[in-house]
Order: sequence, then structure tokens, then C-alpha cells
Amino acid sequence: MLHTIIENRFAVTAVILFVTGFVNMMVHPNLIKKVVAFNIMDSATFLMLASRGMIAGRTAAILTDGGADVTRYVNPIPAGLVLTGIVVSVSVSAFSLALIQRIYGAYGTVDMRELLEAMKKKGE
Amino acid sequence: MPFAWNLPYLSVFLTMITAILLSVIPGAKRAYWITVGVSAAVAVMSLCFLAFIVKADTAYAFTMGKFPAPFGNEIRFGPLQGLLASVFAAVMCLSLLGGREELFEDVDPKKMGLACVMFNMVLASLLVLSYTNDAFTAYVFIEISTIAACALVMIKDSGPTLVATIRYLFMSLLGSGLFLFSVILLYAITGHLLMPQLHDSVSMLMAEGSYTKVLALLLGMMTAGLGVKSAMFPFHRWLPDAHGTATTTSSAVLSGLVVKGYAVLLITMYCRVFTLETVRAFHIHDAVFALGFCGMILGSVMAMRETHAKRMLAYSSVAQLGYVFMGLGLGTEAGVAAAVFQILAHAFTKPLLFVSVGRLASTMHHDKQLRALRGSAWNTPLAGFGFGIGALSMVGIPLFGGFAAKVNFSTASIFSDSKIALTLFVLALSSVLNALYYIPALINLWSEKNPDATRAKKDTTATAAIILLALGVLFLGVCFTPVMNLIVRGLALM
Repeated sequence: MLHTIIENRFAVTAVILFVTGFVNMMVHPNLIKKVVAFNIMDSATFLMLASRGMIAGRTAAILTDGGADVTRYVNPIPAGLVLTGIVVSVSVSAFSLALIQRIYGAYGTVDMRELLEAMKKKGE
Repeated sequence: MPFAWNLPYLSVFLTMITAILLSVIPGAKRAYWITVGVSAAVAVMSLCFLAFIVKADTAYAFTMGKFPAPFGNEIRFGPLQGLLASVFAAVMCLSLLGGREELFEDVDPKKMGLACVMFNMVLASLLVLSYTNDAFTAYVFIEISTIAACALVMIKDSGPTLVATIRYLFMSLLGSGLFLFSVILLYAITGHLLMPQLHDSVSMLMAEGSYTKVLALLLGMMTAGLGVKSAMFPFHRWLPDAHGTATTTSSAVLSGLVVKGYAVLLITMYCRVFTLETVRAFHIHDAVFALGFCGMILGSVMAMRETHAKRMLAYSSVAQLGYVFMGLGLGTEAGVAAAVFQILAHAFTKPLLFVSVGRLASTMHHDKQLRALRGSAWNTPLAGFGFGIGALSMVGIPLFGGFAAKVNFSTASIFSDSKIALTLFVLALSSVLNALYYIPALINLWSEKNPDATRAKKDTTATAAIILLALGVLFLGVCFTPVMNLIVRGLALM
């Protein structure tokens, strides 16, 4: 059991991080913390991807004077996917934070419960 | 390769390049008309492509870039993808035309260009979600669609729309997170992202009986993820606020199209990657059926309690999406075909209802409470008729698209022994429930004329949109057999 966990340590860590992010995104009333939770969730997937591309004893897939010998390099596709995922994650985070800033300007809070109460008071 | 085979790629390219250019092109009206023109052009291109592909009776994988499969990226298209793309683009164009007046009132003219960027990005995402043959590309466009759809809710720029947007955004992000993690798991056990290679690997794993627990988990995660984004019950709570508070065009696009894009992707994943046999083996279809069943009933019950016309329509969308999931939950080819038909029927009907309500409310100082809309149909009879056609279609009156969809579901249920009674029961109950809020709403609109009403401004674009959307609903209601044949053939060539 312990051996299996150690062997799959990256996958196990990724699952723990993903669940932590997912649960916090579901239940936390603070909007900023929801954005943080979303980033933890995304980081978990990036960790999972990066660990899948890793092959022990090999190096990054950057062509040097050694030529295109595929046995020298790790799988480069997950790295490409992680980069794409980071771009998506950054865009969504920026959009969320800009939106939260507007909401704070309109209602003076970033707490979802207080926000709904404020809306009720305003009759919206 | 015939030139027509380039049209799907060119239509995606056209919408994306237009979105980029619109961010620098000045002028609100110019941006709006360019967007209308592009969506109309994409609809025409998709129809031409559909005609070619139906004639050729084939499906084609189009390689993107210089790396062939399994390393490069692909889109794959057949009759089903052509049909969906044509309807999505046509309805986008008609929704833009139908809500024009309100769009220009609700959106700051300086920001109209950016709003149009988002409309183009939504269309591009819908096209890619229909065409893509790569699971990771699907994820990227899911996120693009999320941002663009959220922006379409907040373009009205009022307090309630901002809050509705953030709720929509966070629920969507949960959904896309689940989808991404399931794709990564799939990649981890197969080493592929392109759908045909994934299909081969999944079939091999299923035959060997290896990684079955992981496969069951990731299939469940994928279904839940796309279900959250398609407002599958009980993940629907974001939808009424988002669709009910947005401007008319946004509501029509979000309710009629955006949620369908994710359902189409789920169908593609089921049919092209996992096969319905695998879905049945893990009993995922039973869960989907149960949630669709609940959505159909509870969506209608919640719609009955609503006093705001657009929120009522939004809750009705939860019920109508329940039909789609019920069809998928039957776990048969016929059930999936019926679900696709429902996607098409609802794509015409719901924008028709939203555009009609927008027009009716314009005579009542934009008050969309049902009480305020009393008698408003006399001021804009065409919008009143439009709402009538949409409402009767939703209830399931013959000659309208909604009726044909219900016939298809009933027929499909025959192939699913264990669910036939439940399906027929829920179809009957749902029709009654739909009637319980659509018919009173319709009577309310055609009641005695309201003295406070103002005369509706002449709006030829909205008139054209209502007529064309109504014709779409009627076409699907009358000519449903050829459309169903096309869908069945498309699914076979998936």
C-alpha cells in the first residue's frame, strides 16, 4: 500500500490538491479565496500532467548539439499542455479578479453571503 | 480534397479573426453589423458544407498544422457536425437581430465592439466544440466559451448581472476543472488526446479489463463536468440568474446555444471515444437518466413559481435540458439521436421566446414581470404570436418542434426496455407541467390591453428574426423525419 502511494506520489498529491481546491471552491463564501481554490485545482492538474511526461534520467526536450535522439528526452507533449493550461488559468483568474473588483465597487463586499443580503436589501 | 472540406476550418478561422479585429475596429454599429454578417456567412458556409457532406455521405478528419495524427491536432466533421454548425450560426445571427434594440440600450456604445468580440468567440467555441477531434482542444475552447459567455452576461453592467456572472463563472470553472482532470486521467492511462486513438485505447483497456475503475471515475467526472456547464439538475442554480438578468440577445444565445455546446461535446465523447456500450457498462447512463428526469420535473416546477418572464424561461431551459440528458440516459443510439433533435428544437424555440419577450417588454418600459406584460401582445402582435409558437412548441402541440422532439423520445424509449414506462410517464408529466405555466403566460399576454403600454417602435430586424425563428420551429415540427434521418446517419459516421 505504502509502496504504491510512494510510487504514485505525484498522482496522489495531485488528487489531494484537486479535491482541496474543488471543495473550497464549492463551499467558501469569499470570492477571492474561491479564485485561489480554482488555481490550486488547476495546479493539481498541471502537476499530474507534468509528472506523466517525466521519464527518469532524461532531460528537457530542447535540441542541443546532441541531435534529435528521442531516447535522451522526456515526453514534451505534457509540458506543452501545461503551458496551454497555465495560459487558460491566468486568463480566467484575471477575468475573475477584475469581476470581483467591480462587484466590490458596487456592493462593498467580496463575501457571497453578504453580497446576496446586500442585493436583497437593495431589492434586486 | 474538395474545397468544401475546408469550410469548417475556414468558418472557425473567420469568427476568430473577426473577434481579434473587432477589438480594434471603432464604432458600435459597425461592430454589430460585422458580427451579424459573420454569423450569417458562417451559417451559409456551414449549410453549403452540409449539402456537400450529405451528398458524399462520409465523415472527414482535417489535419491542423504539419504534424499528422497521433501527434498533431485534428477536426472531424460529418453530417451531424454540419447540421449543428449551421443551426448554431443561424440562431446566433437571428438572436443578434432579434435583440438589437435592447442590446444598443443596455450596452455602453464604447464597449459594443468588445461585446461583439465575445459573441464571435462564443460562436467560434460552439463550432470548435462541434468539430474538434482532440480532447485537450475541447478543454481550451470550453474555457474560451466560459469567459465569453460570462462576459455576455455582464455586458449589461448592472449590480445583479455582475453577481449573476460571478456565480456562473465559478460553477463553470468547477465544471471545466472536472473535465480537464478527466482528460488528464485519460491521457495518463492511454497516452493519447486525439479521439480516434483514445477510442482504440479505451476499447483495448475495456477488452483487457484493465484500468476499469479509473475509466469509470473519469467518465463520471467528465459527465459531471460537462453536466455542470450544461445546467444539468442539480447543478442548475447558476442558470436562472445568468440567463434571466442578461440582455435579450445574451439570454437567447446562452439559453439557446452555449449550454448546448457542452452537451454536444458530451455526446461526441460518448459516441466517438467511449462508445455507448462502455457508458452502459459503468451505469453512467442510469445516473444521467435520473438527473435528466429530475431536471424535467423540477425545472418546470420552479418555472411555475416564477413571476419574472425571463427567469421563467430560464427555469424552463433547465427542464428542456433535462430532456437532452434523459435521451442520453436511455443509453441507446435512438436516445442520443432524440437528444440531438431536442438540442436543435430548443435552439430555435428558446431564442424565439426570449426575443419575443424582449419585444413585448419594450412596450412596457422594459419591465419583464409577467404582471407588467399583461395584454402587451396587442401592442406587438407578431411578438405575441412568436411567444405563442414558442410556448406551444414547449408544451408539445403537433406541428411544432417540441412535439417532434417528444415523439422522438417516445420512439427511442421503445429500444430501452427498463426505462420505457418511466420515459413515457415523465414526458406526459413534463408536458402537463409545461402547459401549466406556458399557457397562463400566453393568456396573460393576450389579455385585455394595458392602458400604460407604449406603442412598440418599428424594428424590422426583430420582426425578421421572430419570423425566421418561428419558421425554424415549424420546420422541425413538420419535417422532423428527414432531420432525424440526417442525425442518425451523422451519429453512425461519428
